[in-house]
Amino acid sequence: MKPMLLRGGRVIDPSQQQDGEADVLILDGEIGGLGPNLSAPAGADVVDVSGKVVAPGLVDIHVHLREPGQEDAETVTSGAVAAAAGGFTSICAMPNTDPVTDNQAAVGFIVKQAAAARAARVYPIGAISVGQRGEQLAEFGEMVAAGAVAVSDDGHPVVSSHLMRTALEYALSFNIPVAEHCEDPALSKHGVMNAGRVATRLGLRGIPAAAEEIMVARNILMGELTGGHIHLCHISTRGSVDLIRWGKARGVNVTAEATPHHFAITHDACEGYDTNAKMNPPLRAAADVEAVAVGLADGTLDVIATDHAPHHYEAKEREFDDAPFGVVGLETALGLGMSLLVDKGRLSLPQLIDRMSTAPARIFHLPAGTLKQGVAADVVVFDPAARWVVEPEQFRSKSRNTPFRGWELLGRVERTLVGGRTAYLQGR
Amino acid sequence: MTVPSLGKDLLGLEPLSREQIQLILDTAEPFKEVSERAIKKVPALRGKTIVNLFFEASTRTRISFEFAEKRLSADTVNVAAQGSSVQKGENLVDTARNLESMRIDMVVIRHPSSGAAQFLAERIRSNVINGGDGMHEHPTQALLDMLTIRDRFNRIEGLRVCICGDIAHSRVARSNIWGLTKLGAEVAVCGPQSLMPGAIEELGVTVFRRIEEAIEWADVLNVMRLQLERMEAGYIPSLREYYRVFGVTLERLERAPRDVLILHPGPMNRGVEIDSRVADGPHSVILDQVTNGVAVRMAVLYLLAGGRPELAEAAKGDRGGGA
Repeated sequence: MKPMLLRGGRVIDPSQQQDGEADVLILDGEIGGLGPNLSAPAGADVVDVSGKVVAPGLVDIHVHLREPGQEDAETVTSGAVAAAAGGFTSICAMPNTDPVTDNQAAVGFIVKQAAAARAARVYPIGAISVGQRGEQLAEFGEMVAAGAVAVSDDGHPVVSSHLMRTALEYALSFNIPVAEHCEDPALSKHGVMNAGRVATRLGLRGIPAAAEEIMVARNILMGELTGGHIHLCHISTRGSVDLIRWGKARGVNVTAEATPHHFAITHDACEGYDTNAKMNPPLRAAADVEAVAVGLADGTLDVIATDHAPHHYEAKEREFDDAPFGVVGLETALGLGMSLLVDKGRLSLPQLIDRMSTAPARIFHLPAGTLKQGVAADVVVFDPAARWVVEPEQFRSKSRNTPFRGWELLGRVERTLVGGRTAYLQGR
Repeated sequence: MTVPSLGKDLLGLEPLSREQIQLILDTAEPFKEVSERAIKKVPALRGKTIVNLFFEASTRTRISFEFAEKRLSADTVNVAAQGSSVQKGENLVDTARNLESMRIDMVVIRHPSSGAAQFLAERIRSNVINGGDGMHEHPTQALLDMLTIRDRFNRIEGLRVCICGDIAHSRVARSNIWGLTKLGAEVAVCGPQSLMPGAIEELGVTVFRRIEEAIEWADVLNVMRLQLERMEAGYIPSLREYYRVFGVTLERLERAPRDVLILHPGPMNRGVEIDSRVADGPHSVILDQVTNGVAVRMAVLYLLAGGRPELAEAAKGDRGGGA
């Protein structure tokens, strides 16, 4: 592999409090050096990245890749390629595939497919319970040995507090987080969007904020009881943010994520029965969107994760009640973060890189999120001033279900390096 | 003065202006007379093809639309697609495309999913009339309710109308709220909070939690049907208690400070939401609603087909051409 020198960019690395103009040298697929005026080794590719941001590759700890089971919506390969196009170098695949990723063989299959993809790295998340049925613990130890980095029954909340307790306790032996989709299914039953004014007008069944908050509170208490690491997925309500702030103040080992769509748009996006705005947790009210942005800024919410949920177009081309939940996110996440958090002054650029790279790598214990010398050269280069228009037809993902069609976003990915290899180059 | 048009479809009353709603009600007036004739037919929609696409069981709405269509001389086809939209083999997109391919002019759709009428309307060129979609809207029902109220009071503006019962799951309630508020009525809803949708006050209505308060306040009560499934789903403890606490009974009406007009969209659960003595008594205009339903639907069909409102009177006697 030829050496590469990224010359003259604004290098931001929250893992070593780096923010300033510097060069980054890549040698043998690793970070060979970071500093001003580095000299290029003989035969190196010297890339002028002045005016661009150079940062550790983005890390998304919550994606759905649909393989095995729904390969017409996404595959491990198409998802990994879409990730690289969005600036991500590591993504974590949720286990709600068909069959469920709830054993070492299934985890091994994801690892094998990911290696063949030669794009972003893909880390499997194993199921908490066999078949995600919420009854019997899956074999965490074997799944971790096969490559799983966390466990989750995402899509299916763990209703039994006993099962959640044992999952958190058992996970301690393997030093993995238990990631939970917080939803009280008795309260959200049949709901298809946020409860409130818009749902009432449209005649759609609502999911109240309390359906999420009840489980957020329970899971924080489970974390306190067990000492285990509870990670709360896709937080969407103001009450949840308050509860997590409370939990952290109590010293509970709780971390949390928010999606770009939950800090970008409200339930108003469901107007006209737009099924691309149907997701779970649902798009909420303006006060919730505000609270999520505040939570990301003050660190109550540690991480931005996309909950990338591809669906074949015909699955969304139907009545709102019958359409599946979910939105694709890998290729719009950085642009939404830049446009709605950084450009609006909510987060600094280094804070955004932290929430999208360094923090997720840290809480899921991934070898990523840093440009320290000697680590694999997972790097994103993006133009923080470039504006581009979201055209779903251009997505690398196999699916197009996004409510952001036609949006003009700030911040365009120019180049994504995975282990020093160019996995994405803008315009190619 | 320019006459407002209805546009391509009638999907609900929320998107309509006060003038458009008044236009429909005014256009319905001359059509009332057609149904009183020995030969109940005018040629206004001769040569038009209308499909009544019912994905949900319905007796009176379907029959009412069919009479309206036939009395306007349209050719009609009824499609009863039973079962839920998921269970049925063909999805709504394919149904829409097939209908379009048969070069029909109008579709009346009833569907268990909110938004289904709009979904269809966005995908076909034909006029679409919402005959009730999920819990969203049932515009022709609200229009006939308003026509019936207007018949009795000669106005709607300033009247106090309370919609009683299961508001949460009711498309009739929503369409009535939009229509009545646009025409200047004061609107309230009454029922147990477990049957109220979230943020209902933001639609501009007053909320009563006790039927006695509603009766004391109202000029008109529009009593919604309480579906048995609501009890099974745990929204109320029993039909018996519902009647005792929330039922519109003769005893309660007799204590009202004024005569209260009673409407019900049907089918009634006698002895659940309404006392038979009330339903069959002098306060009730429930059968007038059914009669007005045909006239209102004739007006909607006529206007959407491009009929000019000032010609509605003439259309009755027009033996020569269509609209």
